[in-house]
This record gives sequence, structure tokens and C-alpha cells, in this order.
Amino acid sequence: MVAGVLGSSGGLPSIRLVPGWLTTASNWSGQHGLLVSLREHVVYTLVAVVLAAFFAIPVGLVLGHTGRGGFAVAGVANAIRAVPAFGLMILLYVLVSPKITFRGGIGWLVPRGALGSFIPIEAMLVVLAIPPILVNTYAGVQAVDPAARDAARGMGMTGRQVVTSVELPVALPLVLAGVRSAVLQVIATATIAGYLPFLGGLGYQIFINGLPQINNTKVGYPAMLGAAVIVALLAVVAELLLLGVEKLIVSPGLTGSFRLKRRSRTLRQAQAGVPDGYSPQIQGET
Amino acid sequence: MSHVWQYFSDNRSEVFGWLRTTIWLAVVPLVIGLAVSLPIGWFASRFRWAYPPVISFGGLLYTIPSIVIFLALPGILGTGILDPVNVAVALTVYCIALLVRAVADGLASVDRAFLDAASAMGYSTRQRLLAIQLPLAVPAIGAGLRVAAVSNVSLVAVASTLGVSQLGSLFTLGNTTGDTAPIWLGLIMFILLALVIDAVILVGLRAATPWRRALQQ
Repeated sequence: MVAGVLGSSGGLPSIRLVPGWLTTASNWSGQHGLLVSLREHVVYTLVAVVLAAFFAIPVGLVLGHTGRGGFAVAGVANAIRAVPAFGLMILLYVLVSPKITFRGGIGWLVPRGALGSFIPIEAMLVVLAIPPILVNTYAGVQAVDPAARDAARGMGMTGRQVVTSVELPVALPLVLAGVRSAVLQVIATATIAGYLPFLGGLGYQIFINGLPQINNTKVGYPAMLGAAVIVALLAVVAELLLLGVEKLIVSPGLTGSFRLKRRSRTLRQAQAGVPDGYSPQIQGET
Repeated sequence: MSHVWQYFSDNRSEVFGWLRTTIWLAVVPLVIGLAVSLPIGWFASRFRWAYPPVISFGGLLYTIPSIVIFLALPGILGTGILDPVNVAVALTVYCIALLVRAVADGLASVDRAFLDAASAMGYSTRQRLLAIQLPLAVPAIGAGLRVAAVSNVSLVAVASTLGVSQLGSLFTLGNTTGDTAPIWLGLIMFILLALVIDAVILVGLRAATPWRRALQQ
């Protein structure tokens, strides 16, 4: 249907109109302005990643702890990766939305009448977000030094305590790397939510508003590309934010700087034949 | 399943045409991406100062959602929004972003002792790179290639949201008609295509690393 409207090739409004579109205040306000779209996009992303993490992190921890199912984890994750997200979303939409008779909205989460679109897109995004988190959690737990695990056991920790106070903290950098890559994929893919009726997100400007009138200099191509630029910026900001969170919550015992400082000092002391515990002026330099 | 088969036999010629476009869109960027990544990756592994900027730039490119590149390219290249060339160029960019790192890390991971041995045997620097270092890096590069191939196939489907005609058109068609047959057919064909391309790469990797089989025996 869209192809018919777009019959002409070339002759699009210039890409130079994009900065102007992005800096026009009226494009940021209103029911389908960029601010609202951005909020919707972030909400779709958060809901999907949080649901996926609630499933994938515990399952990854348990499987990694018992060492069972590694082959299955890799196999399922690879199989899911081969499924085209857009196709899965359309399938779920065509199957699910006719069965949903509820036509109201749910607070600010789901707009009026959009539940039939909201469920398929969120289900698809959750499926998409699970593999990176699951695979990384599993790999992170598997990579924990067996000596650390044995020491924890030797100290009398129960299996659950080993998981929560040794394996999870040590695996955290990898778990978070999985969450990061899930967030990136979900932000990118949530754009196609705009393809379904009644939903927003930054895809609204692209698919519902922009594509049918692509040659329009105001709401056509410049608006589509403008919204797309915001999606890219959102992805970059999310990545930086999560890297910051990682710095904050990963134990300093695991990060290189702490270990290097300690090791280099003891090394130099050892080389100089200085007894342990004696630390003169070298202390300051790291 | 029978109605999916029915749909397939009724629309066979059209579906095969889309399949050809999809294969073209998934494979050509992979080949060009690999060809471009090899020298860049080598450069990043050879000169230590070049590694961080090259790898960060690749990471940044990979952060940009595909739909953004699909949309920006017509404006930059002057192509039409429906032109498959946009998709091919966008996927090539992704392949390079992914493969440069695989090539650089693969080349860097080759044991220094092998390189020293080759030099001692009289290999020139270039001979050593092509005959020793590159073949030994093939498994690492191949792993990157497999990831790029699978992600390429599913990214091709995203392009159908803009109306580019290929197997993803089965999804947009199913959406407008409410018929699940084309959607199932599309999912099956995309997954099969990903599996087949992956298998071809695996066979190629086995052929390119005969010593690995020799070692196992």
C-alpha cells in the first residue's frame, strides 16, 4: 500500500532541512511531538528490557551455577537471533490484536485502543532482549574463577549465597554488557512500533506521519530523518548512561585500576627488596 | 501449515524473485564488508595507536539503528527511498563495523612465536602476513563473519517497513490482508536463509583451516 504512494524515486526534500526541522519548537510539543514520542520510545524500551532481565538474569545465573544447559542456551539464543523481529511483530499483531476487545487506555503506558498493538510489540521486544542478557549472564557465571567458588563453599556459603554474593558480583560486568546490547537492539527495533496502529514512539513520525507524504518538506522526509536522528542519539545516550552505571555498581575489586595499583606497588616493593607494608613516597603515583 | 504451502505454490514466481533480492542484499554487503575490513583491521592490529579510534568508531557505527541509515542514505546518495542500494550500503557499513574488530583482534591473537619462526625461515613481512598470520586468524574472523551474516539477514527484513521489495514484503502483505500465511512463509524463509548462509560460511571456514581437522585426529 505504501509502495503505491511512493512510486516516484528520487526528488526527496533535501537532507539539509533536517537541522531546521529539529530546531523548530513546534515539532517538539503536542500530542505527537518529539518529546511525547521520545517518552513513549523510552517507556517501550524500559518495559521490554526490564521484563527480559527479570527472566534472563535468574535463568542465566541458575544455569551457569549448575553448569547445565549451556548448549541449549547458545542454541536457543542463536535461533532467536535468526528470527526477523519485524516479521515476528506482524505475526503477533495479526494473531493477537483481533482477540483483544479492550478499547480503553492504561494510564500513560498504553494510549486508547492501542492494547492490541502494545502487546505484540512488547512481546517481540522482550523476545529480542532475552538472548544477549541470557547468554552473557550464563557466560559470566561460567567464567567465575573456580577457586573463588570453592573458597566461598569452604567458608560455609550455601548454593544460593554463592550465586548472590560471589557469582553475580563477579559476572556483573558481562551481565551489564548483555543488558547494554539488549537496550541498543530494543531502542533500534522499538522504532518499528510506529508501524502498528495507535502506537507512538519515535517511529510515529517515520511510518505513520512521514512515509505516506514523504515528499512534503514539513512532515515528510525531513521529519522522518529528524526522528531517526533522535533514535540514534537516544541509543548513544543510553549506551553512555549504562557505561556510567557499570562504573558505579561493579565492585572495585574487579576493575583493572584497583588491581593494577596494588600489584604494581607490591611488585616494585618486591623488586626493591622492601618488606611488605613499608610504603614510602611511591604511594602517590598510580 | 497447509495454507502456507498453498500460498507459496500460488505465488511461487514472486516469492522466488523476492528471495533473489534478499540473498543479494544479505550476501553482497558481507563480501564487500569483509574485503574492506581486512586492510582496516590489519592496520588497527599493526599500529597500536590506530586500534582504539578504529574500534570505537566501529562501535559507534554499530550503535546507530538500521532504520536511521536506511532513511539517511537516500538523502546522502541521491537514491530513491525504495532503492535496494540503500539497504546494501547500510548493511555494508554494519558489516565493516563488526568485522574490523574481528579482523584486528584475530590478527593480534596470533602467537608471536609463529611470526618469529616465519621471519627466521626467511618470510618477508608481507608473505608472513598472508601465509601465516591471516590463515591463523581465520577462525576468529569467521566467528565475526557468522554474526554479521545472521544479523544482515534479519536487518534486510526491517527495510521492508519502508517498502523495499524483498522477502520482508511478505510481512507487510500479511499485515494489510490480515492473512497469516505470507507471514509464516516469510519467517520460515528468513530463518532458512540465515541457516543456509551460516552453513555455507561454516563449510568455507573448514576448508580454509585444514590443519584444525589434522590436529583433531
